[in-house]
Amino acid sequence: MRKQTRKIALLGVLTSVALVLSYLEAMLPPISTAVPGIKMGLPNIIIIFLLYKFGLKEAIIVSLIRVFIVSLLFGNVMTLAYSVAGAVLSLALMTLFKKLNLFSAIGVSIIGGISHNLGQILVAIFLFDTIQIGYYMIVLAITGTIAGVLIGIISSILVKKLEKLV
Amino acid sequence: MSNKKKIKNDIILAVIVLVIAAGGILLLNIFRTEGAFAVVKIDGAEAERYPLSVNTEAVIETGDNKEFKNTLVIEDGKAFIRDANCPDKICEGHNKISYKGETIVCLPHKVVIEIVAEDTADDLDVVV
Repeated sequence: MRKQTRKIALLGVLTSVALVLSYLEAMLPPISTAVPGIKMGLPNIIIIFLLYKFGLKEAIIVSLIRVFIVSLLFGNVMTLAYSVAGAVLSLALMTLFKKLNLFSAIGVSIIGGISHNLGQILVAIFLFDTIQIGYYMIVLAITGTIAGVLIGIISSILVKKLEKLV
Repeated sequence: MSNKKKIKNDIILAVIVLVIAAGGILLLNIFRTEGAFAVVKIDGAEAERYPLSVNTEAVIETGDNKEFKNTLVIEDGKAFIRDANCPDKICEGHNKISYKGETIVCLPHKVVIEIVAEDTADDLDVVV
């Protein structure tokens, strides 16, 4: 029973941290004017940490709660569709590649970064009926990879340092 | 699989993605051509097109009550968004576009500005 309570509290704290990271990221100036939407993906630090420390179920819950609250606070219904698509696709592929056991958390994070962008671009292509938007994906694959490496390293450090947390 | 092997795979993954993407950018730059028209698409359907050769300023109004506004400006053969009353303002910050296939997207307002080469090219994809 105590363990369960502790876990709920921990997930709450981690959700808050993910939200603060989202807010922090929204405050930063845009990285590029040529390609919109380039982000570090700071909240993914928490999602990867959850995937490795807890499990898929916990990662899904925190990720979706984060996406909904962020859309409520800083976005609108339209941005929610993109965020959910990005979050779901990246979580699905990260879980798959974690299971395949080919990469470390860094590789899994790269997959997460790229697929988050891919999910959003696919929704945009579908909604706008404009395949040209897909060109953005080329640049986003590069930035997603770089961001993925950084986020992966931070997550690995967290997983190691917070060994006794769970 | 050992940790060392996994890190090696991480590096291979990153390098493969970067090489493919860099190649893609190179190809796009080699084959890019100047566009002739800026097409305004609202919710996926073409609403308006403006020649890049004429300096213009147009307010694109969307939404049920025309409450969403984006100001499209065409200046010196390049198109950009001067003002938008959306929350994220990403389209305002986008650089000027003039090459065929380039787009400026305003996600919240479902507005896309796309550069096309000829006047007739896009009439083919009719929404059924």
